[in-house]
Amino acid sequence: MAAPPPDSGPGRFGKYAVGALFLAPAIFMLSVWMVYPAVYTIIRSFFGPQGFMGTWVGIDNYKSLFTTSTLTTAIKNNAIWVAVVPAFVTAVGLIFAVLTERVSWAVAFKTAVFLPMAISAFATGVTWRIMYQQDPNLGAINALGKTIHSVFSPAGVLASAAPSTANVVPNHGGLILKTPLHPGGVALLGLTAIPPDQVPSSAKQAVTPPAKAGDIVGTVWRDFKPGGGVPGKVEKGELGIPGVTVELDQNGKTVNRTKTNSDGSFDFSGVKAGTYQTAVGASTFAKPWGGYSWLGPGLITPALMIAYIWIWAGFAMVVIAAGLSAMPRDVLEAARTDGASEWQTFRRVTVPLLAPVLSVVFVTMIINVLKVFDIVYALAPESTQQNANVIALAMYYTAFQGGGNFGVGSAIAVFLFLLVIPVLLLNIRRFRREI
Amino acid sequence: MDAAADAPVVIRSPHDTTAARVLRFVAKAPIHLLLVVIGSLWLVPTIGLFITSILPASSLASNGWWEIFSHPSLATWSNYHDLFQNQGLVQALKVTAYIAVGNTLLVVTIGAMAGYAFAWLDFPGRDWLFIGVIGLLVVPIQMALIPMFRVYDKVGLFDTWYGIALFHTAFGLPFAIFLLRNFFVGLPKDILESARIDGASEIRIFVRLILPLGLPAIASLSIFQFLWTWNDLLVALTFGQNTTPITVWIAGQLREFGTSIDIIAPASFLSLVIPLAVFLAFQRYFVQGLLAGSVK
Repeated sequence: MAAPPPDSGPGRFGKYAVGALFLAPAIFMLSVWMVYPAVYTIIRSFFGPQGFMGTWVGIDNYKSLFTTSTLTTAIKNNAIWVAVVPAFVTAVGLIFAVLTERVSWAVAFKTAVFLPMAISAFATGVTWRIMYQQDPNLGAINALGKTIHSVFSPAGVLASAAPSTANVVPNHGGLILKTPLHPGGVALLGLTAIPPDQVPSSAKQAVTPPAKAGDIVGTVWRDFKPGGGVPGKVEKGELGIPGVTVELDQNGKTVNRTKTNSDGSFDFSGVKAGTYQTAVGASTFAKPWGGYSWLGPGLITPALMIAYIWIWAGFAMVVIAAGLSAMPRDVLEAARTDGASEWQTFRRVTVPLLAPVLSVVFVTMIINVLKVFDIVYALAPESTQQNANVIALAMYYTAFQGGGNFGVGSAIAVFLFLLVIPVLLLNIRRFRREI
Repeated sequence: MDAAADAPVVIRSPHDTTAARVLRFVAKAPIHLLLVVIGSLWLVPTIGLFITSILPASSLASNGWWEIFSHPSLATWSNYHDLFQNQGLVQALKVTAYIAVGNTLLVVTIGAMAGYAFAWLDFPGRDWLFIGVIGLLVVPIQMALIPMFRVYDKVGLFDTWYGIALFHTAFGLPFAIFLLRNFFVGLPKDILESARIDGASEIRIFVRLILPLGLPAIASLSIFQFLWTWNDLLVALTFGQNTTPITVWIAGQLREFGTSIDIIAPASFLSLVIPLAVFLAFQRYFVQGLLAGSVK
């Protein structure tokens, strides 16, 4: 207990007066800004939307929490947040704390991971919006995705192209020349609708190769020049398209393949007598990977949670690392001496001893996640904020920003308060033990 | 090696040989590598924001920020230059500073006074009152938004920086009182006793003894409050309209994210560079406060 009363000095009344003097500003602030509003909000949640009180509506406002689709979405999303994020943050923090124990430059690593804690959740939202942009040329995450993607299914030389004459028609995602060919024939595969920047830079003036006996020759070219030109005819100023895979088909089956040269020409040599067709395969027209729509309706909540974990992992790491350094070393040593592997020591000794610290981090994260607001407001574009809705955001939009429903807004606030009450009781028990 | 000179008859433990040290380092190489990769990954978004903020809009329209690695000459301060010509932004920065500094001073003063009363003054019901204050720790801000919106409107605090600062002060107090009371309780009893016997008034003891001795805890608290209010969005969004801090000012630009990126990125970076500097300068106090608040 604190100071015993000194025998001399002010009497009992004086002691009250001093105590009251020191407490008065705090009590005033807490009463006006916290206690009064909290009581008002609880009462207000049973009244209608407008005015100082509105009309009595009973528990209708609470009913609408579970019947209005925007609010049920918010509650559902918040439930996902609570189920996923605290566990993730605690696990990541634990892994980082254990790993950094083994290196001498832990401070540098901890600073890097802890840094986002100093940044506002709002600025984090902006930061990750830049990371998440869908166009792989703009968003770093999809750029990485595109790099990986292109290893497995590269984009075609011509992502967008259309035949220049009616003689060339679509065929299994590619294009085929209708005209049947025999050895010694010439195939002209004219294409248009190719933007200049999509023509490979090695392209040269297109040429029609001379017919050769026993060969089927031809050219694939950009059948367009400024001013138009004549479709189906190789003209000056029109570029050949290099690197296109041309197929030689017989009775619908591909019998040979070749690639075009820089002037667009190709040559199938030693073709046996028969009727053939030439085609350009579908792979040539494969579209480049467009990137995941991270901020679209489907992925928005996972995208937000990743950014949120990025912020809070440092908090978990620092708190758990402090618990780790306070842990009795000899217990760990004993476990190792007894022949326990690193993993066994971690599983059977470290984690159980850390349990109190881990639960503090976990519970703190539950409260934080229940109240999550800034990052959703800043990172989710307006078009998907409905899909990403959470309780705190729903409360704000219901009461303010044109919502103007103070009744339901109050009910959402009380609902949020009720969700954190169990944590309040837990905290009071802990604090009482300390006093 | 120096130790060998001092104590000539040393049987060197196998852990001390160079070979063993190299071996240990190699054995740990995967961990080092892993941590380097994770640490770098953690920095990428912030670095990306900074680079975005120094690239011209024309480049950002068609290329990602990593374009700077192939074209370093694209870097320019003109986004920042333009930004500081923007009266709205300069005003928002000022408002942010007023709110953050004003709030920090208020919370520290009021919180320290109450913390002292809870720690060293004796009056009936003291501990119950303290528990009541701690209980307020988990009252969500949302519980006060609607009523205070009405009150602020009536008394003219709406859309003022001090209205926002006062709101933050109230919600910062439970943590402040909790942190400072626990620190003050741990101060040496003898010093206070002898000061009282010497006839020093409680106010004098508070100003001359408690505040200087409590400086480490006060530093932690100040940093927390400063960062918390500087970074706030919800309170300012609700109680500000024209007088808004930088977060709300940027939020107003978000609608045109693609076309305003040359404003949004530098403004966002500007908004995080000051808390970041505060954090890096006082990291020790920040971590101490964090641990006091959560592990105690």
